Amino acid sequence: MNEMESKPRMSRHHEVGLTDDQAIDMYRTMLLARRFDERVLLLQRAGKINFHVSGIGQEAAQVAAGFALDRDVDYYLPYYRDYGLVLSVGMTVRELMLSVFAKAEDPNSGGRQMPGHFGHKRLRIVTGSSPVTTQVPHAVGIALAAKMKGEKLVSFVTFGEGSSNQGDFHEGCNFAGVHKLPVIIMCENNQYAISVPIHKQIGGRIVDRAAGYGFPGVRVDGNDPLEVYQVVKDARERALKGEGPTLIEAMMYRLSPHSTSDNDLAYRTKEEVEENRAKDGIPKYKQYLIDAGIWSEEQDMQLNAELRAIIDDATNYGDKAPFPTPESTLLHVYDGDSEGGRA
Amino acid sequence: MPVMEYIEALRLAMREEMERDENVFVLGEDVGLKGGVFTTTKGLQQQFGEHRVLDTPLSESAIAGVAIGAAMYGMKPIAEMQYSDFMFPAANQIISEAAKIRYRSNNDWSCPVVIRAPIGGGIFGGLYHSQCPESVFFGTPGLKIVAPFTPYDAKGLLKAAVRDPDPVLFFENKKCYTLITGDVPETDYTVEIGKANVLREGDDITVISYSLPLHFALEAAAELQEEEGISAHILDLRTLQPLDKESIVEAVRRTGKVMIVHEDNKTGGIGAEVAAIIAEELLYDLDAPIMRVCGPDVPAMPINPPGEKFFMLNKGKVKDAMRQLALY
Repeated sequence: MNEMESKPRMSRHHEVGLTDDQAIDMYRTMLLARRFDERVLLLQRAGKINFHVSGIGQEAAQVAAGFALDRDVDYYLPYYRDYGLVLSVGMTVRELMLSVFAKAEDPNSGGRQMPGHFGHKRLRIVTGSSPVTTQVPHAVGIALAAKMKGEKLVSFVTFGEGSSNQGDFHEGCNFAGVHKLPVIIMCENNQYAISVPIHKQIGGRIVDRAAGYGFPGVRVDGNDPLEVYQVVKDARERALKGEGPTLIEAMMYRLSPHSTSDNDLAYRTKEEVEENRAKDGIPKYKQYLIDAGIWSEEQDMQLNAELRAIIDDATNYGDKAPFPTPESTLLHVYDGDSEGGRA
Repeated sequence: MPVMEYIEALRLAMREEMERDENVFVLGEDVGLKGGVFTTTKGLQQQFGEHRVLDTPLSESAIAGVAIGAAMYGMKPIAEMQYSDFMFPAANQIISEAAKIRYRSNNDWSCPVVIRAPIGGGIFGGLYHSQCPESVFFGTPGLKIVAPFTPYDAKGLLKAAVRDPDPVLFFENKKCYTLITGDVPETDYTVEIGKANVLREGDDITVISYSLPLHFALEAAAELQEEEGISAHILDLRTLQPLDKESIVEAVRRTGKVMIVHEDNKTGGIGAEVAAIIAEELLYDLDAPIMRVCGPDVPAMPINPPGEKFFMLNKGKVKDAMRQLALY
């Protein structure tokens, strides 16, 4: 069990460099990600949308990492469960809902990609795909370019533990280690690759692989946002000092099924899920804020009402927004091809 | 106008582009001090430094993936695959990522990367140092594919590729590197991507090709004209994707008899698509069945000399086929 549970220290957020307002804002963002996720699941079950891939159980680490980065300069290469991360670095719920409903105004892909496939150039959220972990070499390339140009920034890339077995993870890490690049590589270890549990995916520990690439690996409790914040912040400082990459393995649990097309009780028990739900980072962090005297149940009720209004508005907005025109399918194969790709 | 080798023209193109734009850089295996296994990048690291001419780990997916990341950031990377036979580990990065970045982000992000890879056999390279993989990538919208056959085109197309806002696969022919020499202007010129080039005007037959076999076709055409009075019209596709449909149609209409030549194997090759375009557009203009002269449908060419010679095209094979078509 982590320190927060065994011995509450009321100024832990101050110790890691967060003001009271920032600590609360972090909570607000993870709760927003959770409520958004729950809403989209409902929309799918109600038949309003076709598909949802959930990040429930992973928001605490995602949001903490986002808060530890520089939202004005850093680059983010999220994977498909990172609603918490993209909300932390500036994406709005409306924008996410436009993607969920696959509408023309969706800044991620103009309604082309599945939800959870993020991209937003103004926010430096780098467009991603479905073949997993291809984004790791991209993050390394961005870090290489930043280093070449003398820009003080880091690239931050995430992925699941299942996809850490892909060649691109290893090739990207090795390249980054050789060139000591300013990249933070964070594995969100949620214990499952769809149905395959961690012990059937990995013989050793992901964090230990860092040694083979010549940079530090840090394992962190992903349900403890203050710990994640500290570790990502330290990794960012190392990167900016020219000391190279850091591999972070954030331990967590995927509380939702893999996607809305998955029945998780075919391969894991309700008891196991419930046991892990008790370790959920969000209620624990709420309790920390209350114990620290900067949050209350009344404020929490107000916040929930406020978030509900935001999500209602975004749902309504996304639902009513127009689809892309059928002919727009032909656009943007190449630069300036207003008539689409040549046949 | 200086006369130089094909490989020198490639090197000059990279040097000029790196001098012109500080965002252009080269990365790949052995491209630094050694200057590449073929010496294509020789001297570039000495001129531009280790930061702009990067020796990478032996890891093709990272070479492509890192270049793609840097390109999305705003750089203009030229990634070298040592042999095109070794670019398949990078195929996911090229096909799933580079090709789709503009499209999947609805024009928000772009990926102006150049991936250079030597193609072709005839150097006793055996199965894995001789392949022509263009048909693997052809038919992936979002990619541009070019394949020069002269030093002039090598320089002009590579410079155009570097300046192109989209990903370009640049298939240079390794047999051409030092075998082919030609005039190369010292001026800053480019060869437009997406435009085919008429190499020879003629009235009896049309030959459509790209890369090394064009040299065989040109020599054969000169001899056939001289010896037998057969007049061949020759079109260099120059860009394989997107194909210059108008120029193909125009070249075929000129003679009504067409032959497509490439070293890549016949089934599913570029020639199949060119033939389909002709069938769609010009079926009633044809005076003979479309002919394809290509590598055989075997996995790749063997290293033993008779086997390699059997696989490779040459002037004689192309000339015989051209005569056959003319006589049809």
